[in-house]
Amino acid sequence: MGADGIGVAVRRKEDVRFLTGRGTYTDDIARPGQTYAHILRSGQAHARIRSIDVSKAKAAPGVVAVFTGADMAADGVGGLPCGWLVKNKDGSPMKEPAHPPLVVDRVRHVGDQIAVVIAETRAQAKDAAELVEIDFEPLPAVVDSKDALKTGAPQVHGDAAPGNLCYDWELGDKAAVDAAFAKAHKVAKIDLFNNRLIPNAMEPRAATGDFDPASGDYTLYTTSQNPHVIRLLMGAFVLHIPESKLRVYAPDVGGGFGSKIYHYAEEAIVTWAAGKLKRPVRWTADRSESFMSDAHGRDHHSHAELALDKDGKFLALRVDTTANMGAYLSTFASCIPTYLYATLLAGVYTTPAIYVEVKAVFTNTVPVDAYRGAGRPEATFLLERLVDVAAREMGMDRVEIRRRNFIPTNAFPYQTPVALQYDSGDYFSTLEQAQKAADWAGFEARRAEARKRGKLRGIGISTYLEACGIAPSNIAGALGARAGLYEAATVRVHPTGTVTILTGSHSHGQGHETTFAQVVSETLGIGIDQVEIVHGDTNKIPFGMGTYGSRSLAVGGTAIVKALDKVVSKAKKIAAHLLEASVNDIEFKDGKFTVVGTDKSKTFGEIALTAYVPHNYPLEELEPGLEENAFYDPKNFTFPGGCHIAEVEIDPDTGVTKVVKFTAVDDVGRVINPMIVEGQVQGGVAQGIGQALLENCVYDKDGQLITGSYMDYVMPRADDLPSIGVATHTTLCTHNPLGVKGCGEVGAIGSPPAVINAVVDALKDHGVTHMDMPASPQKVWSVINGAHRKAAE
Amino acid sequence: MELTGERTLPASRARVWAALNDTAILSRCIPGCQEIQKASDTEFTAKVGLAVGPVKATFNGQVTLSDLDPPNGYRISGTGQGGVAGFGKGSAVVTLEDAPGGGTLLRYSADASVGGKLAQIGSRLVEATARKLADEFFTRFAAEFPAEEPAKPEPRVPAAPEERPDAGARLSPWIWIPLLVAAVAAIAWFARG
Repeated sequence: MGADGIGVAVRRKEDVRFLTGRGTYTDDIARPGQTYAHILRSGQAHARIRSIDVSKAKAAPGVVAVFTGADMAADGVGGLPCGWLVKNKDGSPMKEPAHPPLVVDRVRHVGDQIAVVIAETRAQAKDAAELVEIDFEPLPAVVDSKDALKTGAPQVHGDAAPGNLCYDWELGDKAAVDAAFAKAHKVAKIDLFNNRLIPNAMEPRAATGDFDPASGDYTLYTTSQNPHVIRLLMGAFVLHIPESKLRVYAPDVGGGFGSKIYHYAEEAIVTWAAGKLKRPVRWTADRSESFMSDAHGRDHHSHAELALDKDGKFLALRVDTTANMGAYLSTFASCIPTYLYATLLAGVYTTPAIYVEVKAVFTNTVPVDAYRGAGRPEATFLLERLVDVAAREMGMDRVEIRRRNFIPTNAFPYQTPVALQYDSGDYFSTLEQAQKAADWAGFEARRAEARKRGKLRGIGISTYLEACGIAPSNIAGALGARAGLYEAATVRVHPTGTVTILTGSHSHGQGHETTFAQVVSETLGIGIDQVEIVHGDTNKIPFGMGTYGSRSLAVGGTAIVKALDKVVSKAKKIAAHLLEASVNDIEFKDGKFTVVGTDKSKTFGEIALTAYVPHNYPLEELEPGLEENAFYDPKNFTFPGGCHIAEVEIDPDTGVTKVVKFTAVDDVGRVINPMIVEGQVQGGVAQGIGQALLENCVYDKDGQLITGSYMDYVMPRADDLPSIGVATHTTLCTHNPLGVKGCGEVGAIGSPPAVINAVVDALKDHGVTHMDMPASPQKVWSVINGAHRKAAE
Repeated sequence: MELTGERTLPASRARVWAALNDTAILSRCIPGCQEIQKASDTEFTAKVGLAVGPVKATFNGQVTLSDLDPPNGYRISGTGQGGVAGFGKGSAVVTLEDAPGGGTLLRYSADASVGGKLAQIGSRLVEATARKLADEFFTRFAAEFPAEEPAKPEPRVPAAPEERPDAGARLSPWIWIPLLVAAVAAIAWFARG
């Protein structure tokens, strides 16, 4: 409906302030009397702290206070909690070693927090931190998750996690899988490593703690994707502040990609210190700190086997994964390689039996948690690489083997052997549309043409699926979630008919202020300029679980729709009264309440005014005012999916791989704003290409982070990316009223295997069957030249 | 990081050995050395200003000599703290032997690691920097053995030393000994640096 409603490529309302430098980010907020915190971090990967002497630092110019872990412990400050309890194969709970905001006697990764120096200026705090004297006893460190499981490996948590094992978990029917493998015609195998990534949001993390001694109220300003979650975790588990006395406000947030979901130590430190000092305490990470303190992503070792019959049908899948948790359990770390990974291993295929084992392991590295896609990119990369290997093994066409195993379009709802039930999808259509857009059929001619220019050209495909909109709370709870996963919304209609939406979702770049307003516009028939979206402030928003896992529209949007339905329902009663008709005869359309079959009508604005100026109003039956709340708990995950096709050209002289063409056809359910969807997919694909070709977090054997800056950690730049073709093919989600599925992560999930499949295709004459990410020039060049030498011998 | 190397120095083993244990010579030869103090015959402390790529800092180092076998060699171990810039630690085995053409052949084999910011943003530059510092050290160290002259007050002069290291065998024995020390020390320094 209307110019601003669902399906219209409306320009983003929020971009005016972002593009003109008028956004308000956490670091923009200044408080009277504020102080500056500098966190003293460990340069050691693993060491015992024999002593810490802060006396010189305390005496330094401008220093207000220096606190250590002992000070926090003395105040009864708790550890940072993990939000998901995963159980071992034998039913016992995972290991949850203590995670104090400031360490007490041992550091476990480079970047671990040792002390906080608080001073009148940031420079003074930094200078004074250099005067803190720490006597370390260095301990051997372990960085690779497989090494950490070996006998004799350095123990990150000692008895709190023997053998560095957090949990040893399984999913699926092992007996059925073994039986299927026993009668397999062929078995395709792969060993792979899903490279560790560093999130690199444009805005570094920041936190300012404030305390009002008069009221006893605390305020935390923070860069968060979910302020209520932070309030709950920090208030209840760490600082023991009642929710009524704790406000968490996350204003504009400049990118998160998951890294701003978690409750971080610095938030607790500044809030606690503000209470101690009765002055605001602010902290902003510099970029180096971000590298060593923002939760990292991925870092899986996997071995997988796929059993096939003689026709190339998948009979069973067996996967063994070792996931690196880093030194401590971050907020949602434990559920990423289990419930957001193993459950996705059916993908878009009818594989009847699947068995997955996952070991989660502690190492002396930065904690690992969700990063754009969170478990689904790892599952997709494994599956889509393995299917390519299987096609080669069977001598089958890569596309044909996929088609042959697709879940038929008429088979929904489809129950997978790994817990999920898909509600809708059409993998044949997204495949065909993508093949057409990518001119798959014309590829061999382009390959031949490239060969004439001395270039190796390859094409790769990925037909993927993911799960969004986490999740039915009761199911998540049964699987170990320690929180609900609903969303809340308030629709506040003002007397003049303008509308404020209070949503528990929190945009950190997604464009909620526009998309949500379009949903309101569609429902109430008012322009999006009449709609204000408010988010991020626990003092304004009733409640909220926040934005992650592409859930904002599917879950948060649905909560808004539910509240809107209540508003319309009440407004109809008011209209019926004014129009002297039965409620059942009132129809609401295009912003007008009409008595069916007549020209008698009232506008939405007239009803709003009547609700607040109830002179002619059914007061005995109806309360005045027009404001409604709703909480929505999703009935199921949503299941976006689609097809990504990458075309690459490799320069054999330099090993440089260039993505020359990229095509994404995604089914994200109903599209509210096609321009925003396109932007989300493009951004995700850029990150996926980054993982596939460029980005890699590397620790040396001593646990030193040696990719700690942009000199060594390669972020994708504009000239690394092709023009990305984005299209959608819609099947509606069947269990939410908008029919939406989510689009925030599809790009980062579907693209990495498409790129690597293309690289492997380009190098197939060199005997390459797999290449771990990133396919760096060095790696590619070595393969080409090694192979050349072999051929010459 | 592992570094190995050798230099022929134009001095007898005894003189090289002596120079390797002479803090005045060492402080002149170690690039960026602001001070070096002998706490005992086997322990030194030193302050060295270094730049590795974008990381600049003054490193406070402690050096320990062990496995002493005068005038044939020793093990030199050190740690250096560069404040926010990070830290380094390492050790080197240094051996002295008579060079076939005269003079002393100094061999070193060092193993070193760096941590903190130095590792995060300078790691790929550390090895190159270490080699450069070692070269610079040996060049200066060789210059400490000019024929029969007393030690120069300012050994920074690049002209003469530049040609000397390779011609070491022909130079007076004065030159060799300090080289060894320098090598070792330098290795330990940059290592920890």
